[in-house]
Amino acid sequence: MAPQSFNTSLVVDTPPGNFRRRLRTEQREWLLFALLVGPNLALFAVFTYWPLIYNTYLSFVRWDLLSPLKIWVGLDNYRYLLNAPEFGQIMWNTFAFTVGSVAIICTLGLGMALLLNQPLRGRAGVRAVVFSPVMLSGAAIGIVWIYILDPRYGLLDIFIRGVGLRSPNWLLDTQWTMAAVIMVHVWKTIGYAVVIYLAGLQAIPRELYEAALVDGANAWSRFFHVTVPGLSPVIFFLGITTVLGSFQAFDILKVMTNGGPVYATTTLIFYLYEQGFVGFNAGRAGVAAVLLFSMMLAFTLVQMRYSERSVHYN
Amino acid sequence: MAKAELSGPLQTKAMGQTQVTSQWVGARHGWPSRLAAYAGMALCLLIIGLPVYWMAIGAFKVQAEIYRIPPTWFPAEITYANFARAWNAAPFGRYYLNTILVTVLGSGFEIFFAATSAFAFVFLRFPRKDWLFIILLTALMIPNQITILPNYLTAAQLGWINTYQGIIIPGAAAAYGTFLLRQYYKTLPTEIIDAAKVDGAGYLRTLWSIVLPLAKPALISFGLLSIVSKWNEFLWPLLVTNTREMRVLPIGIYWLRVEEGTIDWGVIMAGTLFVVLPVAIIFLYAQRYIVDGIAAGAVKG
Repeated sequence: MAPQSFNTSLVVDTPPGNFRRRLRTEQREWLLFALLVGPNLALFAVFTYWPLIYNTYLSFVRWDLLSPLKIWVGLDNYRYLLNAPEFGQIMWNTFAFTVGSVAIICTLGLGMALLLNQPLRGRAGVRAVVFSPVMLSGAAIGIVWIYILDPRYGLLDIFIRGVGLRSPNWLLDTQWTMAAVIMVHVWKTIGYAVVIYLAGLQAIPRELYEAALVDGANAWSRFFHVTVPGLSPVIFFLGITTVLGSFQAFDILKVMTNGGPVYATTTLIFYLYEQGFVGFNAGRAGVAAVLLFSMMLAFTLVQMRYSERSVHYN
Repeated sequence: MAKAELSGPLQTKAMGQTQVTSQWVGARHGWPSRLAAYAGMALCLLIIGLPVYWMAIGAFKVQAEIYRIPPTWFPAEITYANFARAWNAAPFGRYYLNTILVTVLGSGFEIFFAATSAFAFVFLRFPRKDWLFIILLTALMIPNQITILPNYLTAAQLGWINTYQGIIIPGAAAAYGTFLLRQYYKTLPTEIIDAAKVDGAGYLRTLWSIVLPLAKPALISFGLLSIVSKWNEFLWPLLVTNTREMRVLPIGIYWLRVEEGTIDWGVIMAGTLFVVLPVAIIFLYAQRYIVDGIAAGAVKG
C-alpha cells in the first residue's frame, strides 16, 4: 500500500498568506474524515479487534459461559488441549482438510483455467457453470451432497457402479468422511480459483508468447517458461487465500457430518464452535481461537512479505 | 447469457492493460487437440453442473422415484407437490422475509461504509491516515469464525439474541469493500474532482454526484458480492438466533433437513431450491460484475 494518498487530496492549494483559513479547511477535512471512517472502525473495534483480545483472555480462564465467575487457570487450557487425545486428531484433520483441498483446488483449478482460456465455443457458459457453486449457500450445497453421496440411490453411486465398484458409506465410515467433505469443499471452491487464474492468465503479456513462439518453444516450454512464471504471484495468492478459506470452512462440515463420525471431520474451527456453543467451555474455545488466529496470521504475514518483494504487475 | 468475458471494466482499469482473449497465440490446433479440449470442457461442465442438475430434478421427483435403483436421469413422473410440501413443512415465507431484511440492511450498511470510508481515505486529509488504513485492513485477517464466542457474549449483553440487529450489526463494517473501492477511486481522474471543488461543491456532494457515479462498476461488483455473502451467511445467524421465527434461509434449510431426516429428499431439494434460486438468478444476470469483484482483489493482492 503506497502512502501516496496525501497527493490526491481534494484541496486546491491556497495562497501561503492564508494560513489560518487553510488550517480551518484542513480541520474540516479531519472532522469529515472522522465522521466517515469512525463508525466503520468503531464497529471493527467492537466486533473484530476486541473479540480477538477477549478470546486470548478466555483462553486463560475456566468458565462455563453462565456462572458469574471466571477462574484464572493460567496455561491449564493449553496444557489440557496438548495432552487431550482428540487434539492430535483435530490438528491432523485440519491439516488433511487444508492440504487436501488446497492442493486439488490449485492444480485442478489451473487445469480448468488453462482449458477455459482457450478460444473454444461455449466457454463463457462453462465458465459460468464452473463458477456458480462459489455463489451458492454452503448449507444448501452440503445438503444436496448428502443426497448425492448416498451409497444406495445417490448420483455418485451411478458412476462408481459404472466402473464396477461399490460406494463406501461416505458420511458414516470414518475412513471416507474426510475425503467426502474435501470433495464437496473443492467442488464449491474451485470456481474461485478458476476465476483468479483466468484473470492472471489474461494479464500475461501476449508478446511473451509470441517471442517464445519465434524462439521455437513448444507448448510445454511455453507453459513452464511463460505461463508459470507469469502466474507465480497469482498461484501464491491463491495458495494463501484457499488455505485461509479452508481454515474457515464450517457450513459444509456442520451440515454434512457435524464434525463426526466421532472426531473424523472435526477441524479446529469446528472444535472452537463445539467447545464454545455445545460444550460451554469458554477456555478451550479461547485456545482454539488463539491457535486458529495464529495460524492464519502466519500465513497472511508470509503472503504480505512475499507480495511486497515480487510485484509483477505495475 | 451474453458474452460475459472475465475482463470487465473494473479489472481492465486495475491492471491498466488491454484484454487478451485467446492465449495460445499462433498455435494452430489440429482436430485431435480441439476434440480433447471440448471433451475437457464437457467434463468440467459435468463435474460442476451435474450436482446442481441433480438438486433441481430431485425437487420434481415423487418419493418412490427418489429411492429407485438405479436412479433416473429425468423424473418419469413430474410432480410439483414437493414445493408446496416444503413451503408448509417450514415457515419459508418468514425465512424469506428475514433473509431479505438481513441481506438488504446488512449489505446496505456494508456498501455505505465502504463507499464513504474509501472516499475519506482517498480524498480527505487526516493525520496518519495510512496507518488507519492498515488497521482497517487487519480486520481482513480476523474472520468472524474466530470471533463468534466473544461476539455472542456481546450480543447477549446487548439483548440482541433473536433480533435483526443481532444478525446484522456485527457484520456491518466493511474492510474488503473499503480496500476495493479505494483502489478504484484512486484511478479516477483527479481533474474532474478538482473541478468540482473549484465549482464550490462540498465533499459529500462531490462524493454523491461525481465519485459514486464514476465508480459504479466497482460499486455494483462489491454490492453484489456483499449481497450474496449476506444471503448465504450461516454460522453467525445459526448462533445468534434460536427461534423458528428468526431463522434465515440457510438455517431454515439446515433444520428442515435435520427434522425431515432422509425421509423425503424431494421436499428437501425443493427447500434448497428456495434458498439458492434468488442468488442463481442474480448470478445469471450480473455474473460479470461478481467475477470482476472477486478477481480485482487478486490482481493487486
